[in-house]
Amino acid sequence: MLRATAVLLTKIITGGNAVWVDCPPEADRLRVYFANHGSHLDFATLWASLPSNMRQRTRPVAARDYWGRSALMRGIAVGMFNSLLISRETITRKDNPIEQMAAAMRDGNSLILFPEGTRSLDGVIAAFKPGLYHLAQKVPEAELVPVYLQNLNRILPKGYLLPIPLISTVVFGPPMQLNEGEKKGDFLNRTKMALLNLAPQPEH
Amino acid sequence: MSAVDYHSDVTRHVLWSIFGVLSAASITGYFLSISAKSERAKATVANLNSRTKSWWVMVIVLLCALAFDQKGSALIFGIISFLAFREYITATPTRRADHLSLFVCFFLILPFQYWLVYDTWYGMFAIMIPVYAFVLIPVLTVLAGDTTEFLARNARTQWGLMVCVYSISHIPMLETLDVKNLKMGNAGLILFLVAVIQGSDVLQYIWGKLMGKHPIAPTLSPKKTIEGFVGGTISACLLGVIMHRLTPFNMWQAFVISFALCCLGFFGGLIMSAIKRERGIKDWGTLIEGHGGMMDRIDSLCFSAPFFFHVVRYFFTS
Repeated sequence: MLRATAVLLTKIITGGNAVWVDCPPEADRLRVYFANHGSHLDFATLWASLPSNMRQRTRPVAARDYWGRSALMRGIAVGMFNSLLISRETITRKDNPIEQMAAAMRDGNSLILFPEGTRSLDGVIAAFKPGLYHLAQKVPEAELVPVYLQNLNRILPKGYLLPIPLISTVVFGPPMQLNEGEKKGDFLNRTKMALLNLAPQPEH
Repeated sequence: MSAVDYHSDVTRHVLWSIFGVLSAASITGYFLSISAKSERAKATVANLNSRTKSWWVMVIVLLCALAFDQKGSALIFGIISFLAFREYITATPTRRADHLSLFVCFFLILPFQYWLVYDTWYGMFAIMIPVYAFVLIPVLTVLAGDTTEFLARNARTQWGLMVCVYSISHIPMLETLDVKNLKMGNAGLILFLVAVIQGSDVLQYIWGKLMGKHPIAPTLSPKKTIEGFVGGTISACLLGVIMHRLTPFNMWQAFVISFALCCLGFFGGLIMSAIKRERGIKDWGTLIEGHGGMMDRIDSLCFSAPFFFHVVRYFFTS
């Protein structure tokens, strides 16, 4: 009930048309959706744009230092959107975000991840943090799916409280995997380029 | 109070004709889909049929809007404006610094304009967007301090309000005009406007498909042809003449006004196409099956609705 409300609300505010480019919307795959990050509405929009049978097995990954600050925010992130809250700062052996993500995937959940680690101010995609690489090493069977989120940084930019109701598009690109012996820097570059390739090209 | 006079014979004839034409289109489409052989013909017929289906929905929405007085119509046309403005701004380059002014456009200016229709406050209705919104938008953006494309950004927002909100709000406002001896009630004025404009669109499309050869604006809209424009305009004007009993016009007046509406509608469509080309998009959205977005359907009304409103208001009200 809470989840259905979350999906409906998100669709009303952000539109969120899903476009599948060389990436079948199939529910039986274990996937990591990695997307560009420019807005608080990113994870909700990506999650709501999935077909419902896939959505049930997909959890957005969110920062605990932000979304765990109050009971209300935690309720929105975890209760409504089924998020997995991880630590961005203090990483200890006990509180290891990669291990927590891998554990969620072993339970059969696909994940939504923002490898830039924080929201971009101007829509330019920043360098990827190494988390995606470590996760790909831990769960090599997972498909890594680049997802380009269009217009969300215009709908609710960083630093603003209220959204404007534009139409967003969620573009799913061809699944990738970590190549054998691929270096961390090469892998992070390759995945970032795959994401950039999904962005609409300027006309000129 | 409804804007439609349901006891009048004219109303009955109009409703029968509208649903007759739609049924005929659906039946023709069905037989075409059976007889279409080549892939290209099949695609054309499929597009034609999805357009017909959308027309059923659009006609029913319009009749629902007219079933109430201007209060109900203000709500429904307000939603239409909202969807159109949403498509327009989505396709328009904006910057972070525009966020506040866009928020105000969507959630204050747009509802206020339709509240003015609801309230029939004509004086404010006529100047709110051209005067007050014109001043307010740059005031809100200048505070953010971003000078990149400053004039262009504000102009684009103001244009969007004029085209998607101000112009379209003249359609429900027609219901508040005091015109004597309307045989179908004020709804007849709206039906006349919408039928001539949209009829001209559809008839231009049909004439163009049947005998279109010479493109009229090849860089803007390659499918629009001289044959389509001439044939469509003349037949839409005849449609206007047939429908003159819905309005205070005699047959000649109906012909001349229909002709002006067709021209304005044609240029409205062409201008919105030019904006689409500039943005590098084919359609404004995907809302209406076979037509593209809301904006693709109402582009020809944007430029003709205020003109029609003022012609009726100036020459035909008591």
